[in-house]
Amino acid sequence: MIDKRVSSVDEAIHGLFDGATLMVSGFGGAGVPVELIKALDRSKITDLNIVINAVRFLEMHAPGLFQDHRVKSLVCSAFRGRDRDPSHYERQWQAGELAIDLSPQGSFSERIRAGGAGIPAFFTPTAAGTQLAEGKEVREFNGRQCILETAIKGDFAFLRAAEADRFGNLRFRGTQSNFGPIMAMASKVAVVEVASFSDKPLEADQIHLSGVFIDRILVASETGV
Amino acid sequence: MVKPLSRNQMAWRAAQDLEEGMVVNLGMGMPVLAASYAPEGREIIFQSENGIVGAGPEANEDERDPDLVDASSRFVTLAAGASLIESAASFAMIRGGHIDVTMLGGFEVASNGDLANWDMQVPNKGQLVGGAMDLAVGAGEVRVIMQHQTKDGSPRLLNVCRLPLTAPACVTRIYTDLAVVDVKENGFLVQEMLHGMTEEELQARSEASLSFSANLKPLATPDI
Repeated sequence: MIDKRVSSVDEAIHGLFDGATLMVSGFGGAGVPVELIKALDRSKITDLNIVINAVRFLEMHAPGLFQDHRVKSLVCSAFRGRDRDPSHYERQWQAGELAIDLSPQGSFSERIRAGGAGIPAFFTPTAAGTQLAEGKEVREFNGRQCILETAIKGDFAFLRAAEADRFGNLRFRGTQSNFGPIMAMASKVAVVEVASFSDKPLEADQIHLSGVFIDRILVASETGV
Repeated sequence: MVKPLSRNQMAWRAAQDLEEGMVVNLGMGMPVLAASYAPEGREIIFQSENGIVGAGPEANEDERDPDLVDASSRFVTLAAGASLIESAASFAMIRGGHIDVTMLGGFEVASNGDLANWDMQVPNKGQLVGGAMDLAVGAGEVRVIMQHQTKDGSPRLLNVCRLPLTAPACVTRIYTDLAVVDVKENGFLVQEMLHGMTEEELQARSEASLSFSANLKPLATPDI
């Protein structure tokens, strides 16, 4: 019988390896897989390439990742720290220890969507004629300058949802979904932490993300944030 | 010198141009303030790029839901008819031309409509781009709300932007604390200006050359 639940957070992140590309969902506190990020913090996994929209959530829940220099590169749309003084990770970036691939948020999402959809690259007008187009192929379509953006794939994805059934079918609450569905689709191992587990299969027409895209379910606490 | 508009007054003025049935995305800061000043009786759909189509007012302290935030990371409510979507769908909505108007903050606008609003080049700080570049190329109209000059008195209406661009030739209208300025094929055209101010005074606070509408109106707002 299919049952994608794991019995511990250690099991949820088992197999995540040094040098892996890890995608982490969440926006403004909604849909942030806090328990999985904290488990990553406690682990010794290093040399990570992390794909996350806003980097400050990593430092908030996994300060050890940067303190111990375990992140080698980041793909993100919001790198800047909140405080006026540079954060730990901004100093590492300045020292040349941390490589940043800064993407406009829509290109960030579409690169991940493409990764999960079997599209290796695409042209977009976003960022054409700006500093973020430097080094990228430019082509004109319908009289408009567009730049080539490449897909992103992950070894692992961490996301948070409201409810799952044993097949990994998911329902999200509020603005929880954000990057979760596309990150799950773009990663080899997609791990979701959920507030509740449904013993009965979810109603087929009430499912937000098909369980085919989910590999492991961690039933977490009610309040993830 | 006449009294410049407050932030609330700038947001109020910008909100008056939002029309019944429009789909509108509001950037952080003054633009999100505009939602509360939309004229009563007009149904406007506020899109928030993290995944809300139909955002309502900010939530009161007792109705905050940690799973429901807007693109400015504020706890918000949902308006009637709202829907919730994931990020790729949200930016398909933005890039795909389904947003009528975006109102964004700005650092600089050039007379050809170039916008700089994402990177102030603060020393020792990393960059943050967010959704501004997608909105600037995808929305039907890009309107900017910003002070006419910087804190140290430098102009923001320029011949050529000095800061890194968000998108070239995208801005259609600018609401400042002194004027409402359209971006036309041959440059800036002032539509409204504070009562008591002269054309020369406004020009002196702008780098790019300004034209003035034959139908120039006073920029009038309530005392808010």
